[in-house]
Amino acid sequence: MSFEIFSFSFMQRAIIAGIAIAILCSVIGLFLVLRRYSLFGDAIAHSSFGGIALGLMVGVYPLWTAYGVSIISALVITRIKDKFNISGDASIAVLLSSGIAVGLVIIGLSGGFTINIFSFLFGSILLVSINDTILILTLTGIILIVILLLYRQLLYSTFNEEQAKVSGIPVEKINYLIVFMAGITVVTSIQLVGVLLISALFVIPNVTAIMYGRGFKQTVLISMGFSIFSVVVGILISYIFNITPAGTIVLFAIGLFACTIGIKSTGLLAKT
Amino acid sequence: MIVEIKNLTIEYPGVKALENVSFSVNQGDFLGIIGPNGAGKSTLFSCMLGLQKKYQGTIKFFGQDIKKSQQYLKEIGYVPQKPFFEKNFPATVNDVVRMGLRKESDECKIDEILQQLWIHELRKRRIGELSGGQQQRVFIAKALVNNPKILILDEPVTGIDQQSIDLFYSILTELNSKQNITIIWSSHDLDAVNQLANHVACLNRTLFFHGESDDFFKNPELLRQYSESSMQEHMHHH
Repeated sequence: MSFEIFSFSFMQRAIIAGIAIAILCSVIGLFLVLRRYSLFGDAIAHSSFGGIALGLMVGVYPLWTAYGVSIISALVITRIKDKFNISGDASIAVLLSSGIAVGLVIIGLSGGFTINIFSFLFGSILLVSINDTILILTLTGIILIVILLLYRQLLYSTFNEEQAKVSGIPVEKINYLIVFMAGITVVTSIQLVGVLLISALFVIPNVTAIMYGRGFKQTVLISMGFSIFSVVVGILISYIFNITPAGTIVLFAIGLFACTIGIKSTGLLAKT
Repeated sequence: MIVEIKNLTIEYPGVKALENVSFSVNQGDFLGIIGPNGAGKSTLFSCMLGLQKKYQGTIKFFGQDIKKSQQYLKEIGYVPQKPFFEKNFPATVNDVVRMGLRKESDECKIDEILQQLWIHELRKRRIGELSGGQQQRVFIAKALVNNPKILILDEPVTGIDQQSIDLFYSILTELNSKQNITIIWSSHDLDAVNQLANHVACLNRTLFFHGESDDFFKNPELLRQYSESSMQEHMHHH
């Protein structure tokens, strides 16, 4: 492999956007995993499918409608879950299936638009435009700044809600904020791995990193490292061997997870 | 008077968890709240901490009704019975204590508290790796890191070994006597309450007794009534 590959502007854009998404998914994903909300990313992604179908039907850029539908449905389902005391996994199932159902009905009503929908289902990072890259970098920057500013509140309410409340932290608002940021992150990440594999980026690098890291910040950094490695190597390998980037990225993340499990089972990695 | 509770009543469907509970706490008091399982101790704390808001009566901290202002929480350190957290949560002892810190500028306070509670050497360990007694000291450190005026502890030694319990009690005594921190502490352990607390509130859905510790523990009639009421509750539960 020569370094010529990096001279292609589409490849530069793919790698820059991919790294930003990897960082974003690691940070938001760690909060979701620790709140036992691992599949929430998947549920938001499926609800975004309905938004994408809506955008394609009405002729609006599908990611804009996906942002709207995903964020609104994530906030609504969180409200319903809290108000009617529905368990986390059941609310995820409702969100997940309703998004797909809405998407399928809209596709049916529109007479089908299979070519466009495939790029959203499976990702198309090598086709990411300069505008998309700027949008991804901007959203990543904004979300990271919000997390840095509210770090203690986010961490404390994830660690123990009751104690965080007693410390005067507005836990409910923080929960909505996390769901809101997760909605933005999911739709932003659709271009990298597609609707179907998003939760892999939220979950796999984080469950791997938790086995190495001691403190929270250390774990986030390790997770980012694994995620960036999977994304960059996945994009390059997929280009060289002409295979799908989304699947390759996720397989690399799974490979790191499997190696960690292997190392841990031999006792080489200190038990944490 | 820094805490004043008047006619506190809370009802769950079909059962009164607390009924007309009234008592007050002064600065520097070490109040032990005793009562059998299901007596309403944790419910009382939930109301005092603003976690349970559907109650009748009034609760005032520093003269302010807690339904009108949550500012009093800044002056309170709370140690729960058995803090629930994800076992593999990637947070060190330092991380956990820092969570309690309201101002980043008070960072040096963390080291001071960890040393005071004999857990400084554990500061880089993950919270989930520690024993129950060590974890409980970390949660006290977190509760103390903002220099609270009142420390509220809900049966804090449940499931902890005797050595850790003894250390824990000596820490509480020191906090109360040397730093004048008001302590409100619920416990099953009558002997410990007798030794440590200067005031006792005896709760069994209603307030059975509230006053000086000696007035309760040196009164055989009150002790007999308390044992009978606890026994009835125990039988009721089984």
